[in-house]
Amino acid sequence: MKPAEFYQRDRLWHPPALAQDYKTSVPRSPRLALLSLEGSLSEITGPTFGHNDIDPIDNDLIRNYAKTGDPVGERIIVHGRVLDENGRPVPKTLVEIWQANASGRYRHKKDGYLGALDPNFGGCGRTLTDENGYYYFRTVKPGAYPWRNWVNNWRPAHIHVSVFGSAFSQRLITQMYFEGDPLIRQCPIVNTIPDPRAIDQLIAPLDMNAAIPLDCLAYKFDIVLRGRRSTLFENRLEGN
Amino acid sequence: MPQPLDYLKETPSQTAGPYVHIGLAPGAAGFSIFRQELGQVIAGPDTKGERIRVEGVVLDGTGAPVKDVLLEVWQADSAGIYPHPEDPRHAECSADFRGWGRIITDFDSGQWMVETVKPGSVMGRNGRRMAPHLNLWIVARGINLGLQTRMYFEDEDNAADPVLNLIEQVDRRQTLLARKLAPGHYRFDIRLQGEGETVFLDV
Repeated sequence: MKPAEFYQRDRLWHPPALAQDYKTSVPRSPRLALLSLEGSLSEITGPTFGHNDIDPIDNDLIRNYAKTGDPVGERIIVHGRVLDENGRPVPKTLVEIWQANASGRYRHKKDGYLGALDPNFGGCGRTLTDENGYYYFRTVKPGAYPWRNWVNNWRPAHIHVSVFGSAFSQRLITQMYFEGDPLIRQCPIVNTIPDPRAIDQLIAPLDMNAAIPLDCLAYKFDIVLRGRRSTLFENRLEGN
Repeated sequence: MPQPLDYLKETPSQTAGPYVHIGLAPGAAGFSIFRQELGQVIAGPDTKGERIRVEGVVLDGTGAPVKDVLLEVWQADSAGIYPHPEDPRHAECSADFRGWGRIITDFDSGQWMVETVKPGSVMGRNGRRMAPHLNLWIVARGINLGLQTRMYFEDEDNAADPVLNLIEQVDRRQTLLARKLAPGHYRFDIRLQGEGETVFLDV
């Protein structure tokens, strides 16, 4: 039995396109319904990556932009597994992250926040999961920062996460939040997600077991991508 | 109580935000960090096929260009083969062909441009061939879940394409057709909302 199409995406679990309280979504959300497709070769394939694409230091945000020393901030490890909805590991998949520094300032020419840039912190990293779907990064904990939505909105501390999976229809971008942050429940972007259990899925718990004594703390963030049906009682996709 | 279904739930999506370039295209964010940035070359110099250039802009519901958008392309080679193990012909895929790329828009104008090879037609479901197309994935601030669509070519025979024919309102099919400006040169504008809204897919 060879896997076939991916499970239908649960669009009641994901945020809807239009979420009034996240203002930018108002003019950037389609008004008409999506066209639902059954999977074809165009959907069940996707780009693949290998160790030639990245360097070993790319997952160490404490060192990958260091110029004169280590960046300022709370040293943390972020680690976890990439799984599919069947609980199977997703091996050799590309995980990319980006984030603000400890002041809540991004190294981006469009960010004009007065929080200071850190000369030793770039704020991006990438890695491939291993054969068990496991990944890890080392970084500093990002700061909260203000943004123009309502006049006094602040994003909770977060790390942006991009994952590929094995097919273009598994492509996902999300944000990881930190356990206990009181800004999470106030955030209009977090609250685009209707189900509080789905929001919980984005909150990484403190993981003392993975912390390194006298060096850095750790947070655990597992990522779940869409799973696939097996081809029971049916012809396979043409050409498969 | 029946047995519980033990499937996991897919991690919910969140917007890529305004600074998506830091992670996915740091050069565009204004700094250099990695030895190589991924997604800059879809088809290398040795890839077979007709070279094409596609340009366009993403427009919001007011008709204004979206200047902080990031697009990704996934396509077959000129023989309609994907460089992926699930394609039964992948061993015959053109050399030097990645099939995947990232497109950054100009921060001032919102215009984007990509160079690649024209894809061949790909076998669809039930033996029905799909007309040549690029698969596109669009993320930006204000987009909560990446939008999927396809770009077809107005100078190809699209009449029998099984996906285009699923679009009930016939007039909307042309929102997925790239206009030919010159040989090998196409224009594809994406309208997120409102008049002429592009057809987006749940794949």
